[in-house]
Amino acid sequence: MSFLTLEKVTHYYFSKQRVTKALKDISVSIHEGEFIALLGPSGCGKSTILSIMAGIISPTEGKVKLQQKAIHAPSSEIGYMLQQDYLFPWKSILENILLGPKINQTLSKEMKEKGLSLLQEVGLEHVGSAYPDALSGGMRQRAALVRTLINDPKILLFDEPFSALDYQTKLKLEELVSGLLKTYHKTTVLVTHDIGEAIAMSDRIFVMDSNPGTISKVFEVPIELRNEQPLLARRHPKYQLLFDKVWEELDTKETVSSLGGGI
Amino acid sequence: MKQTKDDDRLFQHYLTSVRKEKKRVIIWQVLILISFILIWEVASRLYWVDPLLFSSPTTIYQVIAEKLQDGSLLKHMQITLLETVAGFLIGTIAGIFLAVSLWFSKRLSNILDPYLVILNAMPKVALGPIIIVALGPGYVSIIAMGAIISVIITTLVVYAAFNEVDPNYAKVLKSFGATKRQVFQHAVFPATMPTMISTLKVNVGLSWVGVIVGEFLVSKQGLGYLIIYGFQVFDFSLVMMSLVLIALFAAVMYKLVERIENWLIK
Repeated sequence: MSFLTLEKVTHYYFSKQRVTKALKDISVSIHEGEFIALLGPSGCGKSTILSIMAGIISPTEGKVKLQQKAIHAPSSEIGYMLQQDYLFPWKSILENILLGPKINQTLSKEMKEKGLSLLQEVGLEHVGSAYPDALSGGMRQRAALVRTLINDPKILLFDEPFSALDYQTKLKLEELVSGLLKTYHKTTVLVTHDIGEAIAMSDRIFVMDSNPGTISKVFEVPIELRNEQPLLARRHPKYQLLFDKVWEELDTKETVSSLGGGI
Repeated sequence: MKQTKDDDRLFQHYLTSVRKEKKRVIIWQVLILISFILIWEVASRLYWVDPLLFSSPTTIYQVIAEKLQDGSLLKHMQITLLETVAGFLIGTIAGIFLAVSLWFSKRLSNILDPYLVILNAMPKVALGPIIIVALGPGYVSIIAMGAIISVIITTLVVYAAFNEVDPNYAKVLKSFGATKRQVFQHAVFPATMPTMISTLKVNVGLSWVGVIVGEFLVSKQGLGYLIIYGFQVFDFSLVMMSLVLIALFAAVMYKLVERIENWLIK
């Protein structure tokens, strides 16, 4: 049975100058515990889909359902992580990660302990009282991850969370995230423009097309790659095969859409 | 071991050089002040400038001593200080409150926009006579002058700062299901703290302008009144004395706000 479904989701952006059709007839169904990567050129509406799934914006047309219940507004059932960490510089790391419970008024001693143990799990046990300025990019993104996980969301939405990091940090964080998600059996949607990241981390890859945003192709990641940790998956022979296929798919889009821009 | 000793010596060397530089700056500052006072005194005694118009430091000192003794100066100072502090607080708080209301209601902000532009462009001291007629020729009017001069500019600056807060902070909070109030409390307000503090600094100067002009117009008591009175009876020692005192108080108030700033933004 489907866990998260989008039914014929269409979305427009309005401005004084024009109407933009950001998404057109997006229908997907995601199973529980599945890891989905949304891959596509910039401006194809990847982030819009994520915002719609998170309930931050409601689609112009169509429905979003989590476990058969329609999503209308954000809730603690959905964890959303942005491209940059957006830790609040005026709050300590511990205050930052307890922000969700504070907003929902579920802040308790147990929550605090849970926060501390999660910090430990991502290797940040010593920085709880520090302020975000004192942390490196990778540490900050890990703290942001804890802030997202603490509410125990049923589904995690990642909007290019690794793209602002240096390559090595990014690979390490991929390992960590992938491990954590497997342990807690979380359903995840990852938006990325990095083909390698998509293949190494996900179970299925949705390739998107722009103007308007549609899902043009779905790739299944072979089981051998799924079972490996991201770092090892990148070295697997089947990785390169899939990489080339996805590359080709994206490459044809680029030429078509740039032609479209010319007309 | 030797290495650390060496490091320590270098560090001490650096500290002494910093201290020396600071000393040098202070010496220069004191020198400028003393020579200014000396030149003023000499110029006045030797009639390079008309002592009747420009007074002299010693005369000003005498006037201060005399006025302090009969108790009249203390009263004038108290009144002006009170009015300025009240005007400053009311203007700043009302301005921030207005900015908050505008942030909470986009529609209110759109509706009020042209009025705020006009009120901001308008020279507020020109409203003085009307305020005095409406509120009576007393300290209430003067406080109103001190407040009105800073309230609109505070509103505009703080509201602009509210709007410049990175919307992604709000997005993070909204993803947790935060209400607009919570977004304001956790993201917008703390993020704009530095801007609000810097408007405080600007408002210190503005409320002095408002209050002194108010005292010019009401002409009953206060340092502004002493300036106008000294001008009318051609006693420029009195005018100069008031100016010196105002400069002093304004500087102290500014420094106090700076202290608050350091305390709030650690």
